[in-house]
Amino acid sequence: MIQFSEEKLNKVKEIVARYPEGKQKSALIPVLHIAQDTFGGWLDAPVMDYVAGLLQLEPIEVYEVATFYSMFNLKPVGKFLLEVCQTGPCMLNGSDDIIAYITEKLGIKPGETTPDGLFTLKPTECLGACGYAPMMQLGKTYREHLTREKVDQIIAEAKQQ
Amino acid sequence: MGRKLLLEKAHVEGIRYYDTYRREGGYRSVEKALNTMSPEQVVDEVKKSGLRGRGGAGFPTGMKWSFIAKPEGIPRHLVCNADESEPGTFKDRYLMEFIPHLLIEGLIVSSYALGSASTYIYIRGEYAWVADILEQAIAEAKQNGWLGKNIQGSGFDCEIYVHRGAGAYICGEETALIESLEGKRGNPRIKPPFPAVKGAWDRPTVVNNVESLAAVVPIINMGGEEYVKIGMGKSTGTKLISACGNINKPGVYEIDMTISVEEFIYSDEYCGGIPNGKRLKACIPGGSSVPILPANLLLKTAKGDTRMMNYESLSDGGFATGTMMGSGGFIVLDEDQCVVRHTMTLARFYQHESCGQCSPCREGTGWMHRILRNIETGKGKSSDIDLLWDIQRKIEGNTICPLGDAAAWPVAAAIRHFRDEFQWHVDHPEESQTRNYGLAHYADPLQVPVTA
Ligand SMILES: Cc1cc2nc3c(=O)[nH]c(=O)nc-3n(C[C@H](O)[C@H](O)[C@H](O)COP(=O)(O)O)c2cc1C
Ligand code: SF4
Ligand code: FES
Repeated sequence: MIQFSEEKLNKVKEIVARYPEGKQKSALIPVLHIAQDTFGGWLDAPVMDYVAGLLQLEPIEVYEVATFYSMFNLKPVGKFLLEVCQTGPCMLNGSDDIIAYITEKLGIKPGETTPDGLFTLKPTECLGACGYAPMMQLGKTYREHLTREKVDQIIAEAKQQ
Repeated sequence: MGRKLLLEKAHVEGIRYYDTYRREGGYRSVEKALNTMSPEQVVDEVKKSGLRGRGGAGFPTGMKWSFIAKPEGIPRHLVCNADESEPGTFKDRYLMEFIPHLLIEGLIVSSYALGSASTYIYIRGEYAWVADILEQAIAEAKQNGWLGKNIQGSGFDCEIYVHRGAGAYICGEETALIESLEGKRGNPRIKPPFPAVKGAWDRPTVVNNVESLAAVVPIINMGGEEYVKIGMGKSTGTKLISACGNINKPGVYEIDMTISVEEFIYSDEYCGGIPNGKRLKACIPGGSSVPILPANLLLKTAKGDTRMMNYESLSDGGFATGTMMGSGGFIVLDEDQCVVRHTMTLARFYQHESCGQCSPCREGTGWMHRILRNIETGKGKSSDIDLLWDIQRKIEGNTICPLGDAAAWPVAAAIRHFRDEFQWHVDHPEESQTRNYGLAHYADPLQVPVTA
């Protein structure tokens, strides 16, 4: 059953109240974030339909938005999504090596997930951490000044969780 | 030491929290504005300050505020643009992370000036922990009577809400941001109507950058006339620069726009020079969209004047020999970097970020990326360089929003100044895969101090 907890439903109400009367569509992106966090890290069609129902939208209005924004995953991803920035400033500081190293270490290509479902490697574009390059986004946090050793450490820590 | 107005207190222990921030003189500008000034007087002070928008375009903030329509009975909104996604730019994150109350304070005063009772901070979705920091700062401000109903007995009501995006550079463009705030895809709107007349939910709306709104605090505290005295010409006040690439001390610096580019790169107060004693090759001083300059044109203008870190000097010479202040994302390339590869990553970025509404942008960005990738990987032809030039020219000025221009300019500037390097890739397809072109006639003419 796709259903938010009481606590999350209250959160949704609180978010809807931030926008003018009748403009509950404005809550869509914040609510999709909650949905993705709640239902396995990606947005399956039934999840999007559920959000549409909550906000009194047509399902297509939700699909349209979910497909536009890069943070919404439309396919299952690993438990740990390694989003390594590859744009200019990070490239100048060795992001290509970091991506190659992860590829080699985990045996997956960019965009793929390890067979145990733990890790997905996703090269991404500038994340606003250019001065702390190379870097990756992991969940809600940034890991910066990456080296091979740091990547080893991040992967080892994740496996223990 | 240059004058600091925004980050002066950023390293005081505990400044992220209300008590310390208040003890250090925080929220004085709200007291002053709400108790002693009318909204029009606040707008006037900002006009007098000469503050130019810090989000990239440099449009005078006070003037922008005076355009807001005031139809009877229709609410107005201030929206803070914290989308910060231009490669090289990470200054707003720094400000929000270390001294969040400065932004909240600036937002309250600005909301008062514009008559916004519901103000939104649109923050890029990836800055999730920064959104949490802002939410906490807002809660603290509210507990202490700086937000909510009848603030400080002034009769002014205001709430601030944090709205997280979900990964889309284009949502930094103000009309795309408004669409996104309304829960839609980030497709920019055709202007007019301008947001000042018809913005969020068809209400008059002003969108300003984080740094612009934070700068309102010192402007109100010291008065516009004092603020003008800091800086040079039309570059008044201080500017945050986020410096990255091949430098010893990457980070966010507040400068007062009276220093030279050379000092900014080499002095220990700022970037601290280039690692391993390498030489400077090129620099993109204002975020990925502004033209790249080779070292010789970066440090001196075509006329031979010292190039300064301010709006006028950086754009001296137009696009032929100058560049732009942009968002202040300062990207340094050392002698071992490949301009073709760097430009290719930027083209890939713009392809990824195009919203797809206009064909010149949607098709052109992808086409430029593919050609650049071919040249970079040794599969290019001489005619490709002319083709690139042709494509970028056909994008520029032919699109709904400036992302098209932003995608065209980096490619144009790279070819304008580094054509030899592109040609060398084409002529030496194998060699170019094993070594970089290095420096050429545009090499740094200065003695470079070895700093690390
Ligand atoms: C593609 C594109 C991306 C932009 N991204 C940002 C951004 O991330 N932050 C920002 O403040 N302004 C950004 N802008 C500029 C905004 O459209 C707008 O001019 C700015 O927020 C106005 O604020 P200011 O006058 O205080 O600078 C962007 C513009 C374009 C065309
Ligand atoms: S220029 Fe590009 S990003 Fe801007 S509206 Fe057109 S297609 Fe979209
Ligand atoms: S280029 Fe990687 S974070 Fe900006």
